[in-house]
Amino acid sequence: MAPESPPTSALSLRDVVALSGRFPLLAGVDLQVGVGETVLVEGPNGAGKTSLLRVAAGLVPVASGRVTVLGLDPARHRTEVRRRVGLLAHASHLYDDLNVRENVRFAVKAAGADASRIEGACERLGLTGRLLRTGAAKLSAGQRRRVALAVLVARAPEIWLLDEPHAGLDASARSLLNEIIVEATAGGATAIVVSHEPELVESMATRSITITGGRVTGERRLNSVPARFVHVA
Amino acid sequence: MTTNTPVQSPGVMWATRVIGLLALVGTGLTVWLGLWVTPPDKVQGDLVRLVYVHPGVAWVALYLAFGLAAACSLLYLWPRTRSLFWDRLAAAAVEVGVVFNVCTLISGSIWGKPTWGVWWAWDARLTSTAVLLVLFLGYLALRRVPAEPEVRAKRSAFAALFAAVDVPIVHFSVLWWKTLHQGATLLNANLSPTIHGSMAWTLLLGFVALTLAFVWMLLVRYRIGALEDYLGSGELDMALHDRQSEGVVADPTPEALAVVGNARAPAEVSR
Amino acid sequence: MWRDTLLVAGKDLRIEARSRVALSQVAPFGIIALVLFAFALGPDRGPMAKGAPGLFWVAVLFSSVLAIQRSVSVESVDGARDGLRLSGLDPAGQFLGKTLSVATQLVVLEVVLGLGVVLLYGASIETYWLIVVSCGLGTIGLAAAGTLYGALSAGLRIRETLLPFLLLPVVAPVLLAGTRMWQAALAGGTPSNGTPWFHLLIAFDAVYLALGVVVYGPIQETA
Repeated sequence: MAPESPPTSALSLRDVVALSGRFPLLAGVDLQVGVGETVLVEGPNGAGKTSLLRVAAGLVPVASGRVTVLGLDPARHRTEVRRRVGLLAHASHLYDDLNVRENVRFAVKAAGADASRIEGACERLGLTGRLLRTGAAKLSAGQRRRVALAVLVARAPEIWLLDEPHAGLDASARSLLNEIIVEATAGGATAIVVSHEPELVESMATRSITITGGRVTGERRLNSVPARFVHVA
Repeated sequence: MTTNTPVQSPGVMWATRVIGLLALVGTGLTVWLGLWVTPPDKVQGDLVRLVYVHPGVAWVALYLAFGLAAACSLLYLWPRTRSLFWDRLAAAAVEVGVVFNVCTLISGSIWGKPTWGVWWAWDARLTSTAVLLVLFLGYLALRRVPAEPEVRAKRSAFAALFAAVDVPIVHFSVLWWKTLHQGATLLNANLSPTIHGSMAWTLLLGFVALTLAFVWMLLVRYRIGALEDYLGSGELDMALHDRQSEGVVADPTPEALAVVGNARAPAEVSR
Repeated sequence: MWRDTLLVAGKDLRIEARSRVALSQVAPFGIIALVLFAFALGPDRGPMAKGAPGLFWVAVLFSSVLAIQRSVSVESVDGARDGLRLSGLDPAGQFLGKTLSVATQLVVLEVVLGLGVVLLYGASIETYWLIVVSCGLGTIGLAAAGTLYGALSAGLRIRETLLPFLLLPVVAPVLLAGTRMWQAALAGGTPSNGTPWFHLLIAFDAVYLALGVVVYGPIQETA
């Protein structure tokens, strides 16, 4: 199957309108993200930042316009796109009755990723010992976020979609998160981070876009991308 | 997904009135013929006059309404023919079908009381009709859940599909339940008398009149549903406007507005 | 698809093993239903034994609605339903996995209720294989149709009242067939008494399994 755009583009949105019934979540978004970029997404509440991530993840269908993720149409190549894209959402998608290890195992195996990476990922996120055997219902919000992050680290997707990932984390967890993001993008992944605290992300982002009223209303270049990554202007 | 086209063409509305008129005339004629002109049956007496009504409403409820709803649901689910038209038609068919279904049960019950001695005797066909009624009502209950038209349409279409494949199975299971029963059944008396002469013509007229009545009600109900959806789509224009004026944007892109006019054409723009 | 089936079924069954909802709530509900039927039919065992097959299946049907509700609600917490969609799991595998998990729980339930019927109503089983076959096939049908309707009503707030209303009429043939086969089994009947029902259950199972495998994915993608 020939890709629909050059393989150096991680995500391409062309005049995308996404609806939730009668309400336009996105009202004409244009965005091109190249492989290896780290994009910070800012904007007021309700502007459509989360919807942007959900469209990129293939969860929300587009009413008009075109979305291309890693050269594929998320509507037609649903399974493949979902396996290569990872979303860290507000919800952690954990099962209350299972413990941490079981949750991570299930999520990683469900995504078809390599189960041997689970140990390393959990250790990285500080999920060891008794915590591994703790039921998900007993976890704090920050701990749940760590578990979801561990799943992402183990899965190592090509696109990381992070929805306000720093919210609810303490200082050490925040710096760990930033380390992980930088490592991932250094390894060739693309990251799109929604955040209300841009100062946390600006140091590692290649550019920042602002979303207002369901459209991209601003863009600024931040750090330059290292020469070995090609990106689409 | 949304449509700004007028709800029904003048031709359809005219046809609706004509059909309604014909249905009224036909039904009136059937009533007159059925109650006064045709002779009573040798065995069942005047009770047989129900034959002009009962099989007619049963045919509409069990085959016409149900078949139409199932077919429309399939057409909606099939991507190539997906259109809210089929969904509205299916919903209208089910609603009108419920009316005819209840009439079937009532007329069957009225017929059964003198024949069997009881108001309800678990006759195979009546039982299947009752189950179909509950399936219809389930479909309507599902439709009442507030949701956007496309979501509601998809959900209802699936529900209709699940029920539709069940109906033949239910039919056979109820039939075998009655006939494969070991004990002798006293209440096997058939509701079908022999028909001849003027009775046959009246019966046919009854079928036609009731079918026309169904079609008329279907068209009217469809129109109501389409009008409701049309009102809703007008809101999308306003919502897009409001949404885009949230930011500091002075003019919304024409492409984004164009989506309201024709949802099928992707607003592809080369920049 | 099969790998995903086992993964999802394993997850659901492990959750059940942890939370023991089916064991501690659904099974007792079935038993209570049997007890209430006994109260309704009077202290003489005669009517109870005669009605045992039907009463067994009615109790199973009602309990299966609870089991399906539980199976659906497992995913309604913390956006787990989105999580399943995001994982790229084969929807057909998800459907079969959930069906398998519900069917397993129902089989355990049926053993308990079957014992209840034998002990409480004095039913005596002559032909065991008819019991086993009817329960096996009936369970598959109940689980498949139930999982489908559960998925359809998954996000709805009024699921508690809507699901029974949607599901129970549809599975009426399972009740009819199961009852007839049990009657034959209790009377020591010849297999011919059960044959058309056997075909009916197979048809029911095949239809809903096939339907589920095909449409479970599209249903999940409906908001």
